[in-house]
Amino acid sequence: MLKIKRSMRMLAKNVRECLGILIVLGVMCIILVCLTDKFATPPNLFNIIRQITINIFIACGMTLVILLGGIDLSVGSVIAVSGCISAGMATWDKLPVPVAIVIGILCGVAVGSLNGFIASFTTISPFIITLATMNIGRGIARLYTSAKTIAVLDPRYTFFGTGKIGKIPIQLFLIVAVVAITSFILNKTRLGRGIYFVGDNEQAAKYAGLNVRKIRFFVFLYSGILAAMAGILSTARTFAATMVMGTSAEMDAIAAVVIGGTSMSGGRGTLMGTVIGAVIIGVLNNGMNLLGINTSWQYVVQGVVILIALYIDYLRNKGGLIKLLKNKRIK
Amino acid sequence: MNPMLQMININKSFATVRVLHDVSFSLLAGEVHALVGENGAGKSTLIKILGGVYSRDSGDILIDGEEADITDVPSARSYGISIIHQELMLAPNLSIAENIFLGHDIKTKLGLVDINEMEKKAQGMLDGFNLSLHATDKISQLNIAQRQMIEILRSISFGAKIIVMDEPTSSLSEKEVNVLFDAILRLKKSGVGIIYISHRMSELDVVADRVTVLRDGHYIDTVKMKDTDHEQLVSLMVGRSMETFYVKHPHFSEKIILEVEHIKSGSMVKDASFTLRQGEVLGFAGLVGAGRSEMMNCLFGLAKVESGKIFLDGNPISIRNVREAIQMGFGMVPEDRNQEGIFPVQSIRYNTTIEVMDQFLGSGVYNAEKEYELAKKYLDDVLATRYSSLEQSIASLSGGNMQKVIFSRWLLSTKKILILDEPTRGIDVKTKTEIYRLIDNLTEQGLTIMLVSSELPELINMSDRIVVMSHGYTTGVLAREEFSQEKIMTYATMEM
Repeated sequence: MLKIKRSMRMLAKNVRECLGILIVLGVMCIILVCLTDKFATPPNLFNIIRQITINIFIACGMTLVILLGGIDLSVGSVIAVSGCISAGMATWDKLPVPVAIVIGILCGVAVGSLNGFIASFTTISPFIITLATMNIGRGIARLYTSAKTIAVLDPRYTFFGTGKIGKIPIQLFLIVAVVAITSFILNKTRLGRGIYFVGDNEQAAKYAGLNVRKIRFFVFLYSGILAAMAGILSTARTFAATMVMGTSAEMDAIAAVVIGGTSMSGGRGTLMGTVIGAVIIGVLNNGMNLLGINTSWQYVVQGVVILIALYIDYLRNKGGLIKLLKNKRIK
Repeated sequence: MNPMLQMININKSFATVRVLHDVSFSLLAGEVHALVGENGAGKSTLIKILGGVYSRDSGDILIDGEEADITDVPSARSYGISIIHQELMLAPNLSIAENIFLGHDIKTKLGLVDINEMEKKAQGMLDGFNLSLHATDKISQLNIAQRQMIEILRSISFGAKIIVMDEPTSSLSEKEVNVLFDAILRLKKSGVGIIYISHRMSELDVVADRVTVLRDGHYIDTVKMKDTDHEQLVSLMVGRSMETFYVKHPHFSEKIILEVEHIKSGSMVKDASFTLRQGEVLGFAGLVGAGRSEMMNCLFGLAKVESGKIFLDGNPISIRNVREAIQMGFGMVPEDRNQEGIFPVQSIRYNTTIEVMDQFLGSGVYNAEKEYELAKKYLDDVLATRYSSLEQSIASLSGGNMQKVIFSRWLLSTKKILILDEPTRGIDVKTKTEIYRLIDNLTEQGLTIMLVSSELPELINMSDRIVVMSHGYTTGVLAREEFSQEKIMTYATMEM
C-alpha cells in the first residue's frame, strides 16, 4: 500500500514538474481542435508521431548530455553520416540491410566515442569538441556521397520509416522503446543517477567516488548512437540519404530539452519533460501546416515558444528561491 | 558617545514566516560589535537589510542619528556601509589595484581609466597595512587571507564607515587570523565601526568590544565582552545552559588498524607517518598549508601516493581511487562542504544515499521503499536533521543540516575509518555539540575517526591523540595528557 502511495507521489511530482508545459500542450491541442477538423484525426496524429520520431531519438540523448552540463552539437552531422553510409552500403555496395544498418550505427559509435573520449580526458568544453566533430561529420558525409543523393528502396530498410504494426506506425513503437530504455538508464541505474550528480557538482562527484570519466564517456556515446539510429530512421522514411540531411537537428533537440524544463547548467531535468517538449514542437509545426501558415512564420513561432518556456522555467526557479529562503528560516 | 548606527525594532517576514521580531542593534564609531547566534537566528537577514539586499517590513535605521533611506545596495553603500561576505567577491584575473577600485575607477581628465594613479593609491593602501604585496599582482596569485585584506581595502576605498565581516576567519589559519586582527585594530583606530559575525568564541575574546545575541529572530541581549564568558554566550545563543559542550570518552583499543609510513605525495605531503588505533579519535593539527587535507586525500584515493607504505589491519594496501578506498572501509566528510560535499540541486534523498545506491538500483529493479527507510533512519533517528521533505533540494537546508546529510551519507557506507575534515566549519553551536556527541557514539560502536580541524579547542577536547603536521611533515604526536595549545603550536610551526 505504502509503496503504491509513494510511487503515486513520485509520479505526481514528475507531473508537477512538467505541469507548465503540459498545460501549454493541452491549450495548443484545444485550439487546434477548435480551428481545424483534421487535427484530431488518426491519420494526422500518426503523421505527427512520424514527424517527431527523429527529434525524440536525438532529444533523449541530448537530455543526458545536457543533464551532465554539456551539449552535443554533432548529432545533426551524425544523422547525415550514418544515413548516407548505411544507404550507400545497402544501395551501392549491395550489402545485406542488417549489415548496412549496423555499419550506420557504428558511425554513431565512432563519433560519440570520440566526443566522449575528449570530453572525459580533457577540460575542453563539449560545445567546442562537438562543434569540431559536427564539421568533421558533415565533411565526411559530403566526401562519401560526392554530393549525390543515395536512394534506398529495399523494403527491409524502408520498413523502419514506413512500416506499420497493425494499423499503428512502427515509429510509435520505436519511440516507446527509446524513451523506456533512456528512462531506465536515467532512473534505475547507478550510471543514470551519476549523470545527475556529475552535472550538479563534478567535484563532489569525485569525492563521492563516482567514475566521472566513465559517465561522461557513456553519455556522449549514447547520444551518438541515438543520432545514428535517427539517421537510419530518417533515410528509411524518405527513401533517400543526402549529405545535408539532419541539418540543424541538434537545435530542434536542444529546443525540446529546454522546453521540457531541463537546466542548461546541468543536474536538473526530466526525460518526461523532453518528450513533452518534442511533442509540443511537433504539434506546433503540424498545426501551423494545417492552418496554412507560411514556413517562415513557423520558425518565428518556434523561437517564441522556446522563450516562453524559458521564462516559465525562470519564474519557477524564482519561486523556488522564495521557498529556499523560507526553509532556511523555518528551521 | 552617540552610536554611528542604530537599527531600531526591525521586522521582516518572508511570505508568512516572520524571521525578525523587533530586533535592535547599535554600533559605535571605532567599535567591534560581534553579532552571534545559531544558524537561522536572523543574523544574515539583519545584515542583508542593513546592506540593502532585503527591504525591511518595519523599523528604523539611523546613521549618525539621522534617518537613513536604505532601499538597495548602492544606497547602503552611499551611507558608508560595506559588507565583506564569506565568499569573496573579487575578480581573480584582475590586479589588486583594479579590484580595489572596481566600480569607482579613477579617471583621467579625458575620462579614461587612470591605471597609474590607481596603482599608486592602491600601493599606498597596501603599504599602510604593512602588506608585502604589489598593486599590480593578480588576485589569483593571492591566498584567501590576502584576498580578504583586499576586500577590506576595497571597502575603505569606497569610504566605508561601517564594515560588516561575515565569518571572516572561517578559512584562515591562526597566523593569517592575526593579520586580519591587526587590520581590524587599524580600522578601529581610524573610527570605522565593525560588525563582526563569527562562530568562534575564542576570537571574540580577542577582537570584540560588545556582543549582541540573536535567537530565532529575536533580540536576546547585548553584553560587553569583558563582562561575559563563553559559557554565558553559548547559553544565551541556545536558550539553555550547556553543561557539556564537548562529549568525549575513550573507546580505543590497543589494536593498530592503520599504519602510515613515510608517505609522500605532490608538493604538500613530504614525509608523513602515524598509527591509528581501533576506536580512536586521532586529531590532526597544523596551520593551513601543512598538508593535512592533502594527506587525507591520499588515504581516500583522491591523490596519488608516490612513496611510502600504508598498512590496513596489518596488510599493505595501495589505494588507487575513491571507490577502492570506500571498499576498504574508508569514508570522508570533506573539508569544503559546498564544493566537495553536496549536490545542491539534487534531493536530500539522493544526497544521502549516493554511496549505497547500488542496494536499490543494482539489479535494475528500483527499491524506493528501502531507500526511503534507510535515508530516514539515519537523517531522523541518528542525526535529528531538520527538513520538510526528502525530496526537497539540499541547497534549501542550513549549513548544519547540510552537514548532517553528508554525515548520514558516510555513516551509511563507512565500514572502518571515517575521515572528518573540518566537520564543524561554519556550523552553529547546537549542531556542533550534536556532532561531538555523534563522534563519541561512533567510536563507542567501533568506528575509528581521523579528525582534521583548525579549531584547537575542538581538537584538544575531542581527540585521544593529536598528530601535528608542518610543511608536509608529521612533526609530533601528543597523547591526551600532554595536550596544550602551546605544545601544538610549537610542533605546527616547526621548520623541517
